[in-house]
Amino acid sequence: MKKLIEGFGRSAIGTVRYAGGVSVLFFETLFWVAMPPFRPGQIYDQMVKIGVDSLPIATLTAFFIGVVIALQSAYQMIKVSAEMYIPSLVSISMTREIAPILTALVVAGRVGASIAAELGSMKVTEQIDALETLATPPIKYLVAPRFLALFTMLPLLTVYADLIGIIGGYTVSVYKLGLTHSMYIKMTFQPLVLKDIFTGLFKSLIFAVIICIVSCYEGMKVEGGAEGVGLATTRAVVISSMLIITSDALCTVIFYFVG
Amino acid sequence: MIEATNVVKAFNNRLVLNRLSLKIEKGETLVIIGRSGCGKSVFLKHLIGLVKPDQGEIIIDGINVAALTFKQMSNLRMRFGMLFQAAALFDSMTVGENVGFNLIEHTNLSSQAIRQRVEESLELVGLRGIQDLKPAELSGGMKKRVALARAICMKPEILLYDEPTTGLDPIMADAINDLIVQLHDKLKVTSVVVTHDMVSAYKIGTRIAMMYQGHIVEIGTPEQIKNTSNPVVRQFITGSAVGPITDINFKSLEQVEGDRK
Repeated sequence: MKKLIEGFGRSAIGTVRYAGGVSVLFFETLFWVAMPPFRPGQIYDQMVKIGVDSLPIATLTAFFIGVVIALQSAYQMIKVSAEMYIPSLVSISMTREIAPILTALVVAGRVGASIAAELGSMKVTEQIDALETLATPPIKYLVAPRFLALFTMLPLLTVYADLIGIIGGYTVSVYKLGLTHSMYIKMTFQPLVLKDIFTGLFKSLIFAVIICIVSCYEGMKVEGGAEGVGLATTRAVVISSMLIITSDALCTVIFYFVG
Repeated sequence: MIEATNVVKAFNNRLVLNRLSLKIEKGETLVIIGRSGCGKSVFLKHLIGLVKPDQGEIIIDGINVAALTFKQMSNLRMRFGMLFQAAALFDSMTVGENVGFNLIEHTNLSSQAIRQRVEESLELVGLRGIQDLKPAELSGGMKKRVALARAICMKPEILLYDEPTTGLDPIMADAINDLIVQLHDKLKVTSVVVTHDMVSAYKIGTRIAMMYQGHIVEIGTPEQIKNTSNPVVRQFITGSAVGPITDINFKSLEQVEGDRK
């Protein structure tokens, strides 16, 4: 019993310490984001790595999810002759929920892992210490550009995934379920209001912060060589994914009650 | 002048620096020797503010390093150059960008002027025409030289070397030793070198300090260190497996085995 309580206490302290470390990194990042020099070249490079290079995987994921939502809903809708509502279901579920969370999870897996591994390798080879000795704050040089790039590219990727998901739903609805082109377009955009899109975009901004700060934090506190880098990479993806799903649920509850 | 007074540092309840006191005179090359893991590199990192002491202070030309604000620390670091054990070159950049990093970040020099300063620094370490190569394309010795060129590019007053010859073949190690001596003579810098390579220590050191159990147990000229009667220093400089340093290890091993029984 004593061991159980000790173990619980240790993990509680560990969690509080982790949350503290991540929070400090977040506020330090905000500070350095606002401080010149702004390094547009570095931010652009990160935007390409994080955003443009994620397009193929975001496209595949969003398209097939659009297809799946349309097919799965058709399974029930056909029974009550309500196929015409499939486009609305696809568009609203994609914009409010599926596109933001799936894009964030895909980016956490692809980009979060790469950030943690890159910064982790720099840490174990003393490159981060070298940056400090060259009077350059590592958070300004390494974290701030990644933060800005993720903060702009994840919402853009989410809007892109919204569209691709709708195209996926269109493919099934028009070519398999027999809806007309004009009917699909009408039933996609008629029920969709700006609030649905903004809800998704708001979530994607929170997810961007989670992915960047967790991955950078994991990378920058690596110890123990290659094994440490591997562990940090795994932790970055797992913790980011868990926080994305948790914060998504929290946002959904808040939006539901706030209206 | 650099003065460390009663510096204490512990990591995870393990005491690494134990009331370490040391004075480094302006313009000298002080070599700190000691066993791997004895805290030499940790001490070096204290000098440039990468690690802060738990107790004690480090004063550089009248400035207490631990009490500096971020801006003051940045200004102080501009007076330093540091060579890391594994060179610590930025993989994503070319040799030219690595060497000229400080000039790009902290000056308004034109790219032409930066390229010229980088070439001069590379020539000082015996390399030329490699500005466009990536660190991955260099040998271990070349990486150390490039890292040295990066360290001297801003014309520092103090150079810190962390195991400059570790991992190099004896010929390349001697070439790096010559380079350290030449740079010291040409640039008139204060150098602090951490090493456990005695050939290197005798060749480059104005004075040698032996670190043991977290503090300095002996300091003197290379001649004084060669002729020391201190058994700890004697065992280390002769590289003997038998002596007071290893006795402690054997004793603690016996104690552990005794406890098991």
